[in-house]
Parts: sequence; structure tokens; C-alpha cells
Amino acid sequence: MSLRRKIRLEVNGETREGWAEPRKLLVDFLREELGLTGTHVGCEHGICGACTILINGEAVRSCLMLAVQADGAELITVEGLAAGGKLHPLQEAFREHHALQCGFCTPGMLLTAYDLLRVNPSPNEEEIREALSAVLCRCTGYLTIIKAVRSAARRLPADTGK
Amino acid sequence: MKPPAFEYHDPVELEPVLELLRRYQSEAKILAGGQSLLALLNFRLTRPAALIDINRITGLSYIKEKPGWLYLGATTRQRAIEFSPLVREKLPLLAEATRLIGHLPTRTRGTIGGSLAHSDPAAEYPVVLTALDGELVARAESGERVLKAGEFFQGLMTTALAPDEMLVEVRLPAMPAGSGWAFEEFSRRHGDFAIVGVAAQLSVEGERCASARLAAAGVGPVPLRLESAEQALKQGGLNQRTIAEAAARAAEQTQPTSDLHASAEYRRHLTRVLTERAINRALERARGTRS
Amino acid sequence: MAAHRFIGQPVKRVEDMPLLTGRGLFIADLPVANPRHAAILRAPYAHARIVSIDASRALNAPGVHGVITSEDVAKLTRPFAVGVRAPVKYYCMATDKARFVGEPVALVVADDRYLAEDALELIDVEYEPLPAVTDPTRAAAPDAPLLHEEVGTNIACRRKMTYGDPRRAFEEADVVVGAEFKFPKISSTPIETYGVVASYEPGSGVLTIWANFMGPFILHSLLARALNIAENRLRLIVPPDIGGSYGIKTSVFPYMALIGLAAMKIGTTVRWIEDRREHLLAASSGTDRAAYRELAARKDGTILAMRARWLDNVGGYIRSPEPGCSFRPIGNWVGPYRLQHLEIDAGVVMSNKCPTGPNRGYGCGHLYFEIERLVDMLAEKLGIDPAELRRRNLIQPNEFPYRTPTGGLYDSGDYPAALERALKIADYGELRREQAKAREQGRFFGVGVALAVDPSVSNMGYISVALDPEVRGRPGYLPKSGATEAVSVRVDPLGKINVILGSTPQGQGHRTIIAQVVAEEFGVSLDDVTVTDEMDTFTRLWSVSSGSYSSRFATVGASAAAVAARKLKAKLVKQAAYLMEMPEEALEFADGQVRPRAGGEPALTLKDLAGRVHWNASALPESMEPGLEATAVFGFPEAKSPDATDRVNSSNTYGFIAEVMAVEVDPDTAAVKILRYVSVHDAGTIINPLIAEGQILGGALHGLGGALYEELAYDEDGQQLCASFMDYLVPTASDAPQLQIEHLISPSPFTPLGSKGLGEASSMTAPAVVANAVSDALKPLEIEITELPITPSKLWQMIEQARSRKS
Repeated sequence: MSLRRKIRLEVNGETREGWAEPRKLLVDFLREELGLTGTHVGCEHGICGACTILINGEAVRSCLMLAVQADGAELITVEGLAAGGKLHPLQEAFREHHALQCGFCTPGMLLTAYDLLRVNPSPNEEEIREALSAVLCRCTGYLTIIKAVRSAARRLPADTGK
Repeated sequence: MKPPAFEYHDPVELEPVLELLRRYQSEAKILAGGQSLLALLNFRLTRPAALIDINRITGLSYIKEKPGWLYLGATTRQRAIEFSPLVREKLPLLAEATRLIGHLPTRTRGTIGGSLAHSDPAAEYPVVLTALDGELVARAESGERVLKAGEFFQGLMTTALAPDEMLVEVRLPAMPAGSGWAFEEFSRRHGDFAIVGVAAQLSVEGERCASARLAAAGVGPVPLRLESAEQALKQGGLNQRTIAEAAARAAEQTQPTSDLHASAEYRRHLTRVLTERAINRALERARGTRS
Repeated sequence: MAAHRFIGQPVKRVEDMPLLTGRGLFIADLPVANPRHAAILRAPYAHARIVSIDASRALNAPGVHGVITSEDVAKLTRPFAVGVRAPVKYYCMATDKARFVGEPVALVVADDRYLAEDALELIDVEYEPLPAVTDPTRAAAPDAPLLHEEVGTNIACRRKMTYGDPRRAFEEADVVVGAEFKFPKISSTPIETYGVVASYEPGSGVLTIWANFMGPFILHSLLARALNIAENRLRLIVPPDIGGSYGIKTSVFPYMALIGLAAMKIGTTVRWIEDRREHLLAASSGTDRAAYRELAARKDGTILAMRARWLDNVGGYIRSPEPGCSFRPIGNWVGPYRLQHLEIDAGVVMSNKCPTGPNRGYGCGHLYFEIERLVDMLAEKLGIDPAELRRRNLIQPNEFPYRTPTGGLYDSGDYPAALERALKIADYGELRREQAKAREQGRFFGVGVALAVDPSVSNMGYISVALDPEVRGRPGYLPKSGATEAVSVRVDPLGKINVILGSTPQGQGHRTIIAQVVAEEFGVSLDDVTVTDEMDTFTRLWSVSSGSYSSRFATVGASAAAVAARKLKAKLVKQAAYLMEMPEEALEFADGQVRPRAGGEPALTLKDLAGRVHWNASALPESMEPGLEATAVFGFPEAKSPDATDRVNSSNTYGFIAEVMAVEVDPDTAAVKILRYVSVHDAGTIINPLIAEGQILGGALHGLGGALYEELAYDEDGQQLCASFMDYLVPTASDAPQLQIEHLISPSPFTPLGSKGLGEASSMTAPAVVANAVSDALKPLEIEITELPITPSKLWQMIEQARSRKS
């Protein structure tokens, strides 16, 4: 068995450290070692997208990465999306359009949408659907999520996605 | 679903990787983007003694233009290829195929080398490489060799890479002027592996087809170059009758199997439909009637 | 009714903030002291005798605290009670034989899940594989491999029921249409899997189990008995958040027993979070069904009678609340139609597949797929437009409350108006013109209509129709009935309101809904009301029917809250009358205060009143209870047990759904594209239109998933073919069609707010409407869809066969 390694990374603007065996999945490390339980586990094979987080600004599946691979990286999880107690426009729009029911896929949806708006600040409906097809939701039937993302896109300054 | 234990190596240079490969032979697996390998590990469907993580190696991720060619480093992320202006300009077929691989969050990590070495017969990159007659550079401690796409894919998820070899570079010919391209894929849902996918790149001189490159995914253990269909186009010109003939020949050439999602007959039929659609769309692009 | 401030308003949910910021508390997030982690070894065979299990190597593996095997389960637990007479022994883990792939055979508890999974690989199990059977029809055959030797047959239950005089009606009919139908095994599979945490305190003998379990809490009694512990020593707690369920999380209960047993035997807190593979292999699903159904009608289109026989496949064991799959819709077996004669032959069969349970639309997706397809076939045969044929058979608005021949009591509705509304929104006439044009061009364009009576709040008694009336009539048989929910409302010392529910929401926004109802009743702001759910059998008021299933909350939960609020208001008025020295009749509670009915002063605000009662209890006379609390247990007097002729009002409110869909089938790929989808609902008073619409949208996509994408498929040997999301295809954002929703409001006379349920809603109509639309599109080829899901590969083959038949 491989020895545990020390991992140091930045999560939501804060430097965090922990130890992990090489086989430990990044999502388990976030939840169990760092106590960040906002990132959810839904399938552990990269299809459902519930565990999606941002690494160095880009969306990834944290169930398809080892924790050791994130050593030195900058992460944003759902806990870091609202800045200074103020909801991100995507979060606002999700609330306004009833884009969440049980809320289990919501973290993955939010961060996937965040990445979409960063690379494509004014997506059309088909582009939104294509991007959101990366995350499975069983409650909403998606239409309200699509609406929320479109409305957030209108609210965000076009250049930053922030 | 948690991975079994393994030894873990993450060298920052290529030489130690090659040394580890020699040492472990087939007991080790290279971890590139990990978008297939990690899932297999989580299911415990593979249990390598060691993982050799190549993500920290600098200098393996690049897109370079060479005369008439694009060279891509093995760990170049699919996401980088998707957004590369160079790829869009010189090799739009590759850009179009990339957008069909999984989803953006999986393309963030997924690499071109990983996809080719994994060689899923329904995947997009192997079929593009097959259509374009791309080349693959494999390196071992003992030296380097260049393989053609046709010899690289050997069987179901099996490649010509020796246990001590690593895929380090992928070379694809740039699209000639006056060409058009299309990647047609039919899947049950967006982002799924194709039931059938067809890659097409055509060069047009008037009504003549100067060159045709066609290949299909999902219709056999390895990507299938649709040579007979290419011949039909080159000999018969670019009229609807010939295109239909080429599509029919494409379907004849396939040897698909049945599974949960599609019967063999349906796959063969889809090959015809998608080949015809791909040729027509490529043609429109070559003639400038479609962007 | 006076204008409402909150009821009927699209109030934003109080549940959202924590969920949007990563602060939800799902089962896997629960802070529990020193948990150990369980992993489960599962049978690789569909049917196999367990010859031996040797766990000694696993016990010595690093980090392992203990192992549970079939021997422990057989020794320390009892089989769960089942809802039929067949002596089926369903334990929480395989004991003698494994009867489906994925059935638990051993469990390891270790320091973490990684180590627990490592240790599973060290358990040696010797199996003797046996022949397997998975198809319901084959499983019911006398020579089929037998799953339960002590039962002697794979048929778990069979009931033949007759209502009216169907034989005569069929003889006298001008026309009969009939068809065989197949409905697939589908799971609404929530994104959060099952999770259970169990802790045993030997001093008090209390076993506490946390689980994302949705009820019904009748299973509490079953669990206590299975675990051989007293009911008042078994505490079930549901976490604040459940990540979706749609019926599926009823069936977490066998794992509650298994993890509870592990906690008791190993003496440590045990945590088990199911993974996706386990979930798709072995959690739960609806039944696959093979059916034959026929309709008898007059030439003018009047439907006279219906005959149906079916086999519902419940998998390896018939597990509670099955055979609900067959009988849950008994009161609405005739749908929205006036036919009076009915003959049913309901069979429930066991086979080597994963056991089943409630799945959104429980039993109704099957029912309406069969009925609505037949109505279209009848329309075709008689040359009547399918919308017109339906029109001629609908129950009329002046007939409510309407007693169906099977005992259902439809409370309210205007079915013709809802149908007309749906046709109008969809522009049915224009769609037909478009279709004519498309057909001329050789395109496959189709229009489908489907109707459904949408039952909510199951009467627990319906299940007992699985037993013969003769058995139910024996002395000593305890009749079953009921559908209750309890809510407590209390006022704190500063006048704010707390409401306590015993429900188990999985995303339906119960706290928001109840805040609306209670704020409305008291005339206070939403912020003045705090609602707590988090079901806990030690602290909440509950009964066997408690839980959040059968679309019951907006009906029975909201009613209980309204009644509790009214009770408390009456109490407050009484107390205020004393304090204000005024006659009680002269006062009322309105706008957050007790005031004279005639208006004007004096008024006592909730805050003032709470202050006086809480801080100076002696101000009230001894005869007056000083508390500021009221509890209501709401039930339905019409929820009676089945009568001797098998009539039962199986649900307590009945909504209505009318849907129209237009599709086009790609002639080359056979892909189905939904062009138009209209859904009109009548669920009585809508408390929160935002939440109501969300339920309909989600339900519709579940129905479409089952109709077009999903199937838990097995091969001939009983190997399950889709134990991952790569192969079990749930619809994505790219696959969700636009859906236009409208509501008609026929308030229920049986609930204080007039509300009915709609949580399952379009999940029960979507399969029917899409099958009707696709069949209509392919009418030129005479293709009738009688089997789901409609996959492109299967549909292409049907088209090819039809083409070669024609040529």
C-alpha cells in the first residue's frame, strides 16, 4: 500500500492542508478531510456531475481525480461561490426560477453553469442545454435550470463571468 | 466504489516514466486525464500495481504547427483542443469531434493521448485519427517509433503500444485548401459514446472529389476506415447518386455487434445514414455553402 | 373565498439558501461521532444456493471491525412481514439462496469505505448456481425455476375481480379492441443514493437509525419485528435533506435492518452510503409488466366495459408495500371514463430481478399506458377522432363526487373543460392540419392525447385487496384503512410561530408550503413562521401512514397544518376573551391578533397574548390549559377498508390530467422528436404555483425517461445490464422538451384548503401520450406502440418490418 501524502491546496481562497492515501478520490478528500460536504457524490464514474468543482477556474469531476493530483491547485467549491455573504447571480437565479428541488445536483449544476458562462458569456438555449447535459437532475426536468442560467447570463457582466 | 490500493508515481519528467514502464511492464497503468481510467478504478475493473501519473510532466501538452501537419502532445487536454484557434483553422474536423467527447468538465481533464491509448471503438478521436491517417509517436527507453493510425488500433481496446512504451505525440495532417469536413454522430443522449459516428473530410475540385477521408466509429472492435466509400466518391464524382452509393458501401463494410442500446442491423443502417449526412455536410462546407 | 396573501402565491422557498451554498445536510453529511464504514458483498448470480461463506480472511484484514454474514442474519433477525399470504421469507440479506444479482450476502465494517471494500474481496463464498428466470410470463409458468420452495410457485398473489357485468357488456358490444402490452422495469433513481447510519446504546437498548427513508412508517413496525426489538426501542430519524426519492427511498428499509443489525452486533456506529452501482443493481424500481387489456364499445364510441389481466414482476421477493403496483390505482381503474363493467385478473409474480417498490406514478404509468393506447385503437377502429372519442366517455362535472365501479370516490373536477383547454392550447386542429401536410410529404408527424385521473393520498387499506374477501372476512382479521398526517403549531414566548411536521420531504418544499398555510391562517408574515420537518419517531407525532409518498403532502399535510392553526386560533381567542374580559363569540383571530368581530379596539396581538400566557401563566383560570400549542391529526372519513366486493376508495383526492403531444419520427434514424407538449392539470387549490409547476415538470421527464430512454434490462441469465449511468440512460438537459402547463382549479370538498396532490402528476401520463403520438405518426405503416421504452433501434426495426410487410 502506498503511503499517505501531504496535500496542500487553495480552496475558496483559503490555504488548506490534509493527508491522503494516493487512491483517495478528490471528492472524498474534500468531504472527509476538509469538511466541505457541499460537493456531492452521485455516481463515482463521471456521469452524474454532482461532484463538479472548479480547478484553476475550470469545471472538473472531483470523483475522477485523485486528491494527490490536486496538490498545489486552486479550487472553488459550491461553498465558495457566494462572495462576502452575497449570493452569486447564478445562485440568485436558481432561487428565483425554482431551479432546485432536492438540491443534491445543485452544486454540480451551479459550477458547470459557472464554467459555461466563463467560456461563453451569452449562450443560446441549445448551448445552455448542451452544457447542462453534463449534470443529471431527477427533480426539476431541467427547464427551470435552463431558464435560471439564461437569466444569470443576462445579469453577469459579459467579460468576467463573475 | 473506491479504487483498490496502488503504488503511485508522479514524475515531472519523461525519463522516469519510461524507466517505470520498463520496470513494471504491463503491471503499471499510465494516468493521463483519467476520465476513463479513474472510473474503471472506482469500479475495480482494473487493478494495476502502479499508477504512473503523467500530468505533472511539463512539455507534453502542446499544439504545434508543422508544414502540412499539426503535432499535439499526448497530455494536451481536450478542452485546449476545443478552444484552440489553430485547430479550428487547420483541422476543424478535430475541433468538431472534440465537442462531442463527453462534456466540458470531462474535457477539462481528458487528453488526446489518453483517449487514443484507451482506444474505445465508439470514441471520437480514434476515428478522426483513422480517417485522416494520423501518426502516433511512441517512446520507450530503447527509443522512439512512429505508428500509422491503421496499425495502432489492433483490437477491442487494444493498441500496438508495447508494455514499456508510452504515447508521447499525435500528428495529424492539416486540412488541405478547398476541403470540407463533418463529424456525424448518433447517440441516445448528448455526451454519450456514439452508437455510430462518422468522420468525413473531402477535398473538392469542381464536381470532382480530389480526396475523401471517411471513417466510422461504433461498428466494430476498431475504428473503420471506409475505403470503399472513399473510392466510390473519387471515381463517381460528387452527385447524389454517388453519395448514396458511397453510403451504401460504407454500411456494407461494417461488422457491428448488437448490444443493449442498438442492434447490429441498426448500426449498419445508421452507418449508411450518417455517412450520407457527413458527406453532404462536408461538401457544403467545401463549396462554402455552410460554415 | 377571500383573497389570499400567501396561498396561491409563487413564494420562493425557504429550503433554497442552504442548498445553494453547500450547507444542506444530507445523510452522508450528518455529523455522527466515530462512525465506522460498511461495504456490502453482493451476489454475482441471479439465482444460486449459498453453500458456504468464509469471512475469516476479511476479519483479519487491516482496519476491519466486524463482518455480518447470512448466518448472523438468519440467527438474529426475522424475515419482514409481506403483504400477501404466500409464505415468502424476505430477510435483509440472502440467507439460503441469492435470488437476484446484487442481493447482499455479507457486510464488512471497517475504518473507512476503502478498507471495507478491500476486505470484501477476502470473503470466500461458494455458490451453487441455479437456473434463473426474469420474464414475468415465463416466471409464472408451472415449469419455471422456483425462487421460493416454501411458496411452491413464483406467483406471489393473484386476484380475479369483477365489477358490474363485464361478460354481458362484452357480448352486447359492437366492437372490441384488445392488445398485449409490456411496460419496462424503470427506476426514477435519485441522484442521492441510499444512506443509513445506525447506533446502538446497550444501556437503554435503544437502536437509533438515521436514514434517507421517505416512509410509509408502517415499516417502522416491520423493522422492529425483523430486528427482534421492542418498537419503543427503535428510533428512526430522517436527515434534514433528502436528495430525491420519487418512491425509491421507501425501499431503503432492508438496509436499515442490516445496518442496524451490524451496529448492534459489532457494537459500533455504522455508516453505509450506497454507491451508484449498488443502487442500480439492487435498490428498487417499478415493476415490469406483461398485460393483455381490452375495451368493449358501442359503434358511437361509448365505452361499455374493460377487461384486463396482467403479471406484475416484483423481482426476487415481494416486498412491502407491494403488491401496491397492482392495486394502488384500484379506485381509479376506470380512469376518467364512465364505463361501469370491469373484469380484472391481477397477477403478481416473483423472478430473479431486483425487488420493486413504489416508483413515481406507482402503478398508474402502467394503467394509463394500456388504457389510453386502447382508446386510440378504438378511435381508429371506429373512425372517430381520438379527442372526440374521449369527449364522449368522460365523467361529467355535475356527477361529482363520483363513485367509480371499483369504489373510488372522485371528489371534484371538470374533465371536459380540462380536455378542451389542453386541445386549445396545443391548437389541436392546426396540429391535425400540419399532420395532413406532413403525411403528404411522407413525413412521420403524430399527435397524441392522453388523460388520467391523478390519485393522491393513498388509503393504506387498499393494500388488503391483495387478500381474498373471504380472508378479510374471517373473524380476528383486523381491517386496514387510513391516511393521516399530524402537524403541531405553537407560539413561542415572543409570539413567533413554530410548526412541527412529521413528513419526509425529498425536495417538495414542505417547509415553504406550510409556512404559507400557517402565515395565511394567522395573518402574519412568512418570516414569523418557522417550520421543522426532520422526522424522528421519538419526538414527532406519527402513525403507520406517515411519510411523504402518494402525492399526499399538499393534501393531508397542508390540511393538518390548516386545522392545527385553526385549533390554536380558537384556543387563543378563548384565552384572549378571558384576559380581555369579553365574550368569546365577540372576538376573532385575524391579521395576527385577537380583535372584536365588529372591528375596532381593543385588540391583543399574538406577541402580547404570547407574552401574557407564557410569562404569567397564573393569569389564566385553572380550567384553561395554559399552553400555546395545538396539534391536528388530519384524516379522511372516506378512507375505508375494502368491502366484501373488493370496492375501495384507494386514494382520498383525485386530480385530473389532460395532455397533448406532437412528435416527429426521423424516417432515417427512427429518433423521436417532441415538437409540442401541453399538460393541463386540475389539482384543486394550488398552494404554491412555483412548486406545483416544478413537480409537474419533473414528473413529466420521469415519464418520458421511462417511455423513451430508461430500462433496467437483464439478460437471459439474470445478469443486470445497466449498473452504471453509462447504460441506464436518464434524460439530460438536452432531452427535456418544452412543456406548457396550465391549471384548472376544482377545489376538493374533502380538504379545508381545497387542495389535492400532484407530485406524481405527468409521470403517469407521459408514457401514454408519447406512445399515442408516436403510434399516430407511424399510422401510415400501421405501427402500434404496445411496448416501452421506444428506443430508436427498436423503432427502426418496427418501421423496417412494416415497410417490408407493405411492399
